Amino acid sequence: MKQLMLGNEAAARGLYEAGCSFVSSYPGTPSTEITEAVAKYSEIYAEWAPNEKVAMESAFGASLAGKRSFCGMKHVGLNVAADPLFTIAYTGVNAGMVIGVADDPGMHSSQNEQDSRHYAKAAKLPMLEPSDSKDSLEFAKAAYELSEAFDTPVLLKMCTRVAHSQSIVETSDRAETAQKEYVKNPQKYIMMPGFAKKRHPIVEERLLKIAEFSANSDLNRVEEGTDKSVGIITAGTCYQYVKEVAKDKYSVLKLGIVWPLSEKLIKDFASTVDKVIVIEELDGFIEEFCKNIGVECEGKNIFSNIDELSQNKVAKGLGIEYEAGNEVDAVIPNRPPVMCAGCPHRGLYYVLSKLKLNVIGDIGCYTLGAVAPLNAVDSVICMGASVSGVHGFNKANDGKSEGKTVAVIGDSTFMHSGLTGLVNISYNNSNSTVIILDNSITGMTGHQHNPTTGFNLKGDPASKVDLEGVCRAIGINSVRVVDPYNIAECEQVIKEELERNEPSVIISRRPCALLKYVKYKTPVVVSSDKCKSCKMCMKIGCPAISMVDGKAVIDSTLCTGCNVCTQLCKFGAMQEGK
Amino acid sequence: MKTNDTKNIMIVGVGGQGSLLASKLLGRLLLTKGYDVKVSEVHGMSQRGGSVVTYVRFGNKVYSPVIDEGEADFIVSFELLEAARWTKFLKNGGKIITNTQQVNPMPVVTGAAEYPKELVSKMEEKGFSVDAIDALDLAESAGSSKAVNLVLMGRLSKYFDFTEDEWMTAIENSVPPKFLEMNKKAFSLGLNA
Repeated sequence: MKQLMLGNEAAARGLYEAGCSFVSSYPGTPSTEITEAVAKYSEIYAEWAPNEKVAMESAFGASLAGKRSFCGMKHVGLNVAADPLFTIAYTGVNAGMVIGVADDPGMHSSQNEQDSRHYAKAAKLPMLEPSDSKDSLEFAKAAYELSEAFDTPVLLKMCTRVAHSQSIVETSDRAETAQKEYVKNPQKYIMMPGFAKKRHPIVEERLLKIAEFSANSDLNRVEEGTDKSVGIITAGTCYQYVKEVAKDKYSVLKLGIVWPLSEKLIKDFASTVDKVIVIEELDGFIEEFCKNIGVECEGKNIFSNIDELSQNKVAKGLGIEYEAGNEVDAVIPNRPPVMCAGCPHRGLYYVLSKLKLNVIGDIGCYTLGAVAPLNAVDSVICMGASVSGVHGFNKANDGKSEGKTVAVIGDSTFMHSGLTGLVNISYNNSNSTVIILDNSITGMTGHQHNPTTGFNLKGDPASKVDLEGVCRAIGINSVRVVDPYNIAECEQVIKEELERNEPSVIISRRPCALLKYVKYKTPVVVSSDKCKSCKMCMKIGCPAISMVDGKAVIDSTLCTGCNVCTQLCKFGAMQEGK
Repeated sequence: MKTNDTKNIMIVGVGGQGSLLASKLLGRLLLTKGYDVKVSEVHGMSQRGGSVVTYVRFGNKVYSPVIDEGEADFIVSFELLEAARWTKFLKNGGKIITNTQQVNPMPVVTGAAEYPKELVSKMEEKGFSVDAIDALDLAESAGSSKAVNLVLMGRLSKYFDFTEDEWMTAIENSVPPKFLEMNKKAFSLGLNA
C-alpha cells in the first residue's frame, strides 16, 4: 500500500519489516520519531534508555542474545555512545544490529553541526545514508542484511530533511527472524588486549570486503546524464537538490553506502565524465576520499561546509539559473522560540535573573532561559555539563563563586548524565548548588517519558526514580523541593542553599504546562486603572502578557493562570482570575 | 532556468498553532489524487512559539522536500507577520492566504522591536495577490479557535480543481470524529469568506 511517511516513520517500518525485535533509544531531535513509531508495533520490544550509551549497549546485548536490534539517537547522542561504538566495531554482532543517527545540518534544534560520517570512518563501520522515506525503509532493511553478512554493526544516517519529511513509501509484511543461538566466544566478545589485537585485523579486512561489496551494491547507483561535461557524486538529501535543479542533465553517482567508499565505483564513474563535482552537506567527506585516491574533483570550493544546502544553493553552484525571491519593504522582527505561557521554568529563572547569579545551564526547553528578557544563563554545552561545569567553576574560583553560582538541569537530562557530575560534586566536595528543573517529562523533544516520570515508552507504569533519594544517596545532605510558581519561596530557598557550607540540590517541581493532565486556573485579570506601566510583569517574558497603549494586557487564550506575574505586580493591577 | 510542473505550498505560522494538521490533510488529499507528494516539517525547538514552516510539494515527480526562495505558488499563513516574513519564498505572481490575526513575537513584547504596520498593502505592493481573512473569528464561529487551520484550508481550496467531496474525505481522514462537523464548518466558512 502506498502511503506518506516521515523518513523516521519509514525507517521504523524498515526495522519492523526486517524482523527487528529490540529497540533502545534516547530521544533527540531529529531522531525521536523513529523510536516513537517503533513503539506502535507490538512485535518489537521498545524502550527509552536514560542515555545513548545505555541504549547502544542494551541493543548490543540484544544482538548478542541473537535478536535483531536497533538504537537511535541524534548526532550529539552518538558522542555519548562513542565508547561502546568503537569496541562493538571489533566484536561484531550475533544477530544484526543497526545504529540510527540523525544529523541536524542548519542546527534547527541542536547545539552543534557535527558530521556523523566521521564516526563511521573512525570506528571503521559501514554507514548507509537514505535520501527520502522510500530509501529510509529500504536501507533499514538492507542494514540488517549487511550487518549479518559482514558481522558488523551498521550505522543508518538520517538528517533533518530526510527524518522530518514525508514522502511516499510502499510497505510490505514483516519477515520474522528466528532468534540466533548464542554461543560463548570469549575471543570475539571479550575485548581485552590479547583478544582485541586479534580482532583489529579482522575489522580492517572487513572494511575492505564491504568496500568491494559496495562497488556492486544496488544501494549505490549511477544515473546517466545527457551532458558528460560534469558528473556529480552525492548522497542523502543533497541528491534530491541535485535532481531538482539538474534533472537528467548530468550523470549522478548516488551513494547509499557512504562508508566505506568504493575506490573502483568512484574511479569508474569519474572515467565517464569530464569533471567530477561532489555535492555533500557539511564536511567534504566524500571529496576528501576522492582526492586521496587521485580522482580530481570540486566540492567544498563551491559548496559551503556550513549550514544545510538547498536547491537554490545547488543551482547557484552549478551555474543553473533560478528565481530570486521578492521581500516586502518592512523590518520583520525575529520570532525566536520562547518558554510557553505557564511554563514552570519561568518563575525559577526570574529568581535566578533577579539574584544576578552565574547560571551554568544544560540542554532542554530551559535553555530558553538564556534569551531576553530573562537572560539568565551563562553557558550551555551538552547534556549534563551544568552539574560538572558548576563544580569546576567553583573549584577554580577557590570556592569564592559558590555563593552566587548554580547549575540548572532538567529531570531527563539529570538522569541522562547529571548523576555522575553530582557524584563528583559530592566526592570532590565543592559547595555547589544544583537546581533540578523537574517538569515530569522530557519536554523539548515532545514529551517522552524518562526514568523519573513513572511511565515507560509504551505508556505503561514503570519504576520511578526518587530524585530526592538519589541525591541523598550520592551524599547530598541538603535536598529541598520548591514550587517554581511560588517566587518568594524560590528566592528564599535559593538564597539559603547558596549560603550553605556544603553541596546542595534544589528540586524545582511542577509538571510541564503542555502535559494533558495539567489543569489550568482562570486567566489573570488586569485592572488597567491600577497599572502604573512599570513593566515589572514584562521581565518574565511571558507570551501571554503584552503592553498595549502603555498598559499591561493578558491574552486570556494563552494565560494558564500560573500567577507568577501577579506576584511581581507591586500595584495589585495583575490579579488572580476568579 | 529550472522548469518544473511541481506546485509548492508553504504553510507558515507560530509554533503551536496547528500547522501540522493542515499539511497532513493536504498530503492525504494529494496522495489520493495520484500525485507524487513531499511534506517537510520542522520539529523541536521552534515548536515552542517560534516561527515555523511546513513545505508541501506535489507534481508528477518531486525531488527536494523543501521549498526555496522564489519557488512557492502559495503561502498559507496562520499569522500576519509570518506571511510577510516568508514572502521572499514566493514566485512571481504567487498567492498569499493569511490570517489577519497578529501574535507579537518576544522582541515586540519586550519593546525591542515594533510590529510592522500595513503589512497586507506592503505585500500587495510587491505584486503578490493577498487573501487576508480573519480566520480566528471564523474558526470561533465554527466552534473552536483551534479550527483556524481548516478555515485557511477552505480558502486555499478555492484555487484548486479538487471537488468539495474530495476535500471532505481528506478532512474525515485527518481529524477525530467528534471534531469532524466543527472542522467541516470551519472549512466551508473559509471557502466562502
